[in-house]
Amino acid sequence: MTLLRVRDLSKQFVIRGQGGLLARKASFTAVDQVSFDVALGETLAIVGESGSGKSTTARIAARLLDPTSGSVEFEGEDISRATGKDLARFRNDVQVVFQDPFSSLNPRYTVERIVTAPLTYQGIAPKGGRRAFTRELMERVGLNPDHSQRYPAQFSGGQAQRIGIARALAVNPKLVICDEAVSALDVSIQAQVIKLLMRLQRESGFSYIFIAHDLAVVRQLSHRVAVMSKGRIVELGSRDQVFGEPRDEYTKTLLAAVPRINPEWDRRRRLSKGRS
Amino acid sequence: MTDELFVVEDLTVTLPTSRGPVDVVKDVSFTVGRDDTLGIVGESGSGKSMTALAVLGLLPPGARTSGSVRLDGRELLGQSEGELRSVRGNAISMVFQDPLSSLNPYYTVGLQIEEGYRAHRGGSKRAARQVAIEAMERVRIPDAARRVDDYPHQFSGGQRQRIMIAMALCCSPSLLIADEPTTALDVTVQAQILELLAELQTQTGTGLIFITHDLAVISSIARRVLVMCAGDPVEYGTAEQVFSDPRHEYTRTLLDAVPRIDDEVML
Repeated sequence: MTLLRVRDLSKQFVIRGQGGLLARKASFTAVDQVSFDVALGETLAIVGESGSGKSTTARIAARLLDPTSGSVEFEGEDISRATGKDLARFRNDVQVVFQDPFSSLNPRYTVERIVTAPLTYQGIAPKGGRRAFTRELMERVGLNPDHSQRYPAQFSGGQAQRIGIARALAVNPKLVICDEAVSALDVSIQAQVIKLLMRLQRESGFSYIFIAHDLAVVRQLSHRVAVMSKGRIVELGSRDQVFGEPRDEYTKTLLAAVPRINPEWDRRRRLSKGRS
Repeated sequence: MTDELFVVEDLTVTLPTSRGPVDVVKDVSFTVGRDDTLGIVGESGSGKSMTALAVLGLLPPGARTSGSVRLDGRELLGQSEGELRSVRGNAISMVFQDPLSSLNPYYTVGLQIEEGYRAHRGGSKRAARQVAIEAMERVRIPDAARRVDDYPHQFSGGQRQRIMIAMALCCSPSLLIADEPTTALDVTVQAQILELLAELQTQTGTGLIFITHDLAVISSIARRVLVMCAGDPVEYGTAEQVFSDPRHEYTRTLLDAVPRIDDEVML
């Protein structure tokens, strides 16, 4: 079932042209005629280098930015111009996890207040009270529920990202948009958060749009992959097709540029690990 | 052995904190030869950058060091600021992660390359300018003779990092320390910079210390590897040994956690 349907999405930003203050305004096309679908329960990864338009696309899909043209349909309804109740319902169904957990968590709020904030804005009272609700969510994302009265600064980066994930899950979203959600984390922490994200999807069946520049991470957790370059989707296919048989020249260049651990050394290590 | 260009022995760095002194680098020892590349790898807070800063005498105020750091047999630890100043940017150069914050936005890149060169080598402005242009050509900035008069913001991120490398190499250092030099760059640009560094090293025979959190990058550039964790040197060996037969549990955990682009199975 198609959850999100994006068609011919474009976004232009107005910039000042050459020639100083009195110059004519020019525009820059950050997203150019982008179309894709996200099915319920699947993970669509959008990959690309800086300036490719991947984050702008995600922000429009989350209605954090308005498109210049094109449509974003969620469960069959165009939400790109929705207001009032329709928009509120959409905001309940779609949640975002950002790259830097500390700048996306209010430092003066306790975990309980942060995690229950989406419910507060929606005017929903959690069943069993805020404390019990927070404890249960914290347990789901692998945090110690006894820490619900602590502040973000009292957690490590990986734990803070788990708080961001818990907040996203508080309203039982159908779509979670992760914008470079594991990019700032150390590799051992990153592996744990990737496993958490995959487990949560298995348990709850929601969809992810996973924005990332790290192709190795994307290979671990995506079902389908869209490769963006200069505002356009240059290739869109199943994970195995994009990584195994890339068709687009840019995709091939990108995949070839990823540094790899010497495969011969890696093979020997895994062999000896299997023996011991 | 002729390859002992740079020797670090039992280097310990202690920083003052509100809870008393903390050893952020503990008894680290390694050597770097000519034309040799040592990779220092670790997660945040492992002490890998502190090790580099200690070597150059660039630690924050109040830091204490012990041990020995020798370049061509000359002790650097405990030297006066004046002595160290004659070493930094001359015999030992450094390239940092973020080229934009390492470059002064108000000066042309040419002036910034010339400044370091003239501080160490003196000579006329005209001669220094020629050195700057040649350094930019060496790191393959197209049209270097014209672009030497451009400002940092007029270059792309990858080009800025090339300019930092040009600046670091213009005094022909015997050792180059690169601290996460490709971390802020896109993957295709990173590949170009890694290739450039390897190529320049072959030409000049400069010893290279490459600091990064990225094990795959280390695997592609380093001959020997030092793995650090919470200030401790947990493993030190050839790249082949560390990657194919890691002795320390931490190294194994780290290697297991790296997502593989050619392999969809997470361990």
